[in-house]
Amino acid sequence: MANSTNKDTPVTMDIFTAGIWKENPVFVMMLGLCPVLAVTNSVENSLAMGLASIFVLVCSNALVSALRNFIPKQVRITTYIIIIATFVTLVDYIIQAISLDLYNKLGAFIQLIVVNCLILGRAEAFASKNTFGKSVISALGMGLGFTLALVMLGGVRELLGAGQLLGYQIFSLNFQPWVVMILPPGGFIVLGSWLLLINYVELRKTGKLIATDSASHCTVSQPRS
Amino acid sequence: MNPESLSFIFLNAFLINNFVLALFLGLCPFVGVSAKRDTAFNMALATAFVMFVSSTCAYAINLVLTSYGLEFLRLISYIALIASAVQLVEMILKKFSPTLFRALGIFLPLITTNCAILGVALFQTSRGYDFLQSVSFSLGGGAGFGLAIVLMAGLREKLELSILPNITQAAALSMMLAGILSLTFMGFAGLGTTA
Repeated sequence: MANSTNKDTPVTMDIFTAGIWKENPVFVMMLGLCPVLAVTNSVENSLAMGLASIFVLVCSNALVSALRNFIPKQVRITTYIIIIATFVTLVDYIIQAISLDLYNKLGAFIQLIVVNCLILGRAEAFASKNTFGKSVISALGMGLGFTLALVMLGGVRELLGAGQLLGYQIFSLNFQPWVVMILPPGGFIVLGSWLLLINYVELRKTGKLIATDSASHCTVSQPRS
Repeated sequence: MNPESLSFIFLNAFLINNFVLALFLGLCPFVGVSAKRDTAFNMALATAFVMFVSSTCAYAINLVLTSYGLEFLRLISYIALIASAVQLVEMILKKFSPTLFRALGIFLPLITTNCAILGVALFQTSRGYDFLQSVSFSLGGGAGFGLAIVLMAGLREKLELSILPNITQAAALSMMLAGILSLTFMGFAGLGTTA
């Protein structure tokens, strides 16, 4: 990774690792939520979606940063969207060729990668301003962070909703599955729980954790958007 | 109820398979623009209009593409179509209601990346709806999106006045709320067979 340095600033590990946790696209930036919730009812689907997104993210960011000096400012968003749509069409046909079963499970959500705000957001915010090497590394980090989040959600939902992980039975057959976890509400609730947990850990680390009762008399919590 | 009938398609997109709460489409504006009720309502109107325009145009484009055997261009042309529909709405709003135009601000161009709109176009193609069915589907989808976002905005306005532990900062609590809303909407599944 470090070999692909350019003249201005060296490509550091920071760019790569930022996307995985510190600026995780799902848990921190809340980007690309639609596929995160829609396809994570099993680990297998989550992995497939994650890999497809990594492919589109890396390829489109590479192309955008390679062309960044040729694309006129006024039509840049349109150009990015068309570049992304091209790669998504590719992925769509590739998955169809590899596994029709998987393709049917993911359904329209492969094509909906086009409107994943993460990919357009990275193209606009990072790839259009940075060199080829940096953009690819950053996209790879972001993609891995996105996949990590998908698998974290998919793991919990599959474990609780079916008692399985990657199709292997984990809990005994007497386990009564929480079917709601595989259904749409489970997606929202599991993501909400992960966010609560992450907030809790972060706040404890900085020592700013306030419980309800101690805050109830003096401070009204600030409206947050 | 006949799953092909226009009223069922409308009801299905509106309540049973609500785009936001059952199919997870259009979550970005659902989380991003649902802080105030009137902004949410205006956003819902703009989205529903774009959805209607792009769905009818997508129907026509799909006919052309299929007749020439160019199905692989479908995705790219739909996206280009939606981007121009959003541009159209932007121009109309700027001319006839500058206040609303300013109120929506940055969220107006972001309708382009609202997956609910591309979702409508893709679903109506994959389910093979005819013209009237597509219109009914897009109207139902727009109404369903509006219902979800306005409900959410109402809940969040109440939340601002309540005292919460600070681990619920950012979007964590909104997600839990959306989960409960989604559970409620599952009750509508009894209205008919899910198509």
